[in-house]
Amino acid sequence: MTAPDFLVHETKDTVGVIVVEGIEAGQELTGWLMETDETLSITALDPIPLGHKVALGDIANGDTIIKYSHDIGKAIADIGKGHHAHVHNVKTKRW
Amino acid sequence: MAQSSFWGYRRENNRVGVRNHVIILPLDDLSNAACEAVANNIQGCMALPHHYGRLQFGEDLELHFRTLIGTGSNPNVAAVVVIGIEPVWTKRIVDGIAATGKPVEGFAIEQNGDINTIAAASRKAKEYVQWASEKTREECGLGELWVSTKCGESDTTSGLASNPTVGNFIDKVDVQGATTCFGETSELTGAELECAKRGVTPEIGKKFLATWQAYMDEVIEPFKTSDLSDSQPTKGNIEGGLTTIEEKAFGNFEKIGKKTNFVDVLQPAEAPSSGPGLYFMDTSSAAAECVTLQAAAGFVVHLFPTGQGNIIGNPIEPVIKLTANPRTVRTMGEHVDVDVSGILRREMNMDEAGDALLDMTIRTCNGRLTAAEALGHREFVMTKLYRSA
Repeated sequence: MTAPDFLVHETKDTVGVIVVEGIEAGQELTGWLMETDETLSITALDPIPLGHKVALGDIANGDTIIKYSHDIGKAIADIGKGHHAHVHNVKTKRW
Repeated sequence: MAQSSFWGYRRENNRVGVRNHVIILPLDDLSNAACEAVANNIQGCMALPHHYGRLQFGEDLELHFRTLIGTGSNPNVAAVVVIGIEPVWTKRIVDGIAATGKPVEGFAIEQNGDINTIAAASRKAKEYVQWASEKTREECGLGELWVSTKCGESDTTSGLASNPTVGNFIDKVDVQGATTCFGETSELTGAELECAKRGVTPEIGKKFLATWQAYMDEVIEPFKTSDLSDSQPTKGNIEGGLTTIEEKAFGNFEKIGKKTNFVDVLQPAEAPSSGPGLYFMDTSSAAAECVTLQAAAGFVVHLFPTGQGNIIGNPIEPVIKLTANPRTVRTMGEHVDVDVSGILRREMNMDEAGDALLDMTIRTCNGRLTAAEALGHREFVMTKLYRSA
């Protein structure tokens, strides 16, 4: 396949990582689910920088964010599918 | 798979180094100037200035001695000149290094002054560099190689690609009997229970968790203000897309591979003594502090995955930089030894990336200067546990 726009570590993950520069809102993205070697697709609804996360489904305020099949923190706002998930809407549970 | 031997310097105690440094080591901050003067006088030696060594006591003083003695004892070092303000602690460093059998001599400044000390120490340094320059390399198996790892200015590409590349390397060299080390106590927060499962026995796992918990109880709890999210993750981590310490920890944890379990937990700068295998060392997650401690424990080559572009080096332990971030490759490629950004484009798989890193590690061990060495990065940063008396 062609080079993916985003990568997802594992099937259970609720976020993926943008691996190219210049993603704009409205852009159709191709993803690679590394665990199963599946191809995914999603529409970006925000501009999302290289290395930043995209929500793979609708995430409600308070939901646990899953990456590497593990708990990496909680949503502190609703995050719609295709939106940018980062420090403005996700917080650690540790400190 | 890449080749399984390298050309190293066998030292008097049978440990193998990959560099042949003569170092001028200050006992304390006051002796930096004399050490730097000697290094200016004599070609082919290197001063290691640092900030501490006065009025330290207890565990903090023990760590200071262990770090300096360990640095001088590292097999990348052929011979050592130690300079201190007074002779008693200077001799303690000299005696510690002399246990390896390598040439070492100490000079004290009190009652001599800088100028006489510099003259005498320069004569000794000249003798050592000429002696060291005749040392030759011999072929050694990977089982004689001690490799440390620590990541820095990580981003999400670290957890996706550059850290698992190190993990692939660790899995490959572990079965060949190499001795390897990871650290970063605070940066395993969130993944600490998963990390504990990788102890070779439940007792070693518990020893790791006790070390992690002690850091939480003794450092984080008494000294935190509101939220460590201001420094963990760092501003660079956040710019690179890492959001929480848990996310950073799971990425960090990718460095120890899929199969390799750690055989013991080391104190800062403690040399491994349980034979070959992977060790966890209790360290800061600040790059220069961590690598300085690992070099002092005897590790001779360092693997440093970065996302946003940490530029660290170490005076005695070559630091190999790898990144998977294509922007970092483009904007600061002069710091990158191994580009694994092809993993993100599906042009390279993890096994190929691990082989590329192994190949670069062997080339580095054989003498190739790393980017950090060529650029003159020699960050030597002592870990201080508490205020001096």
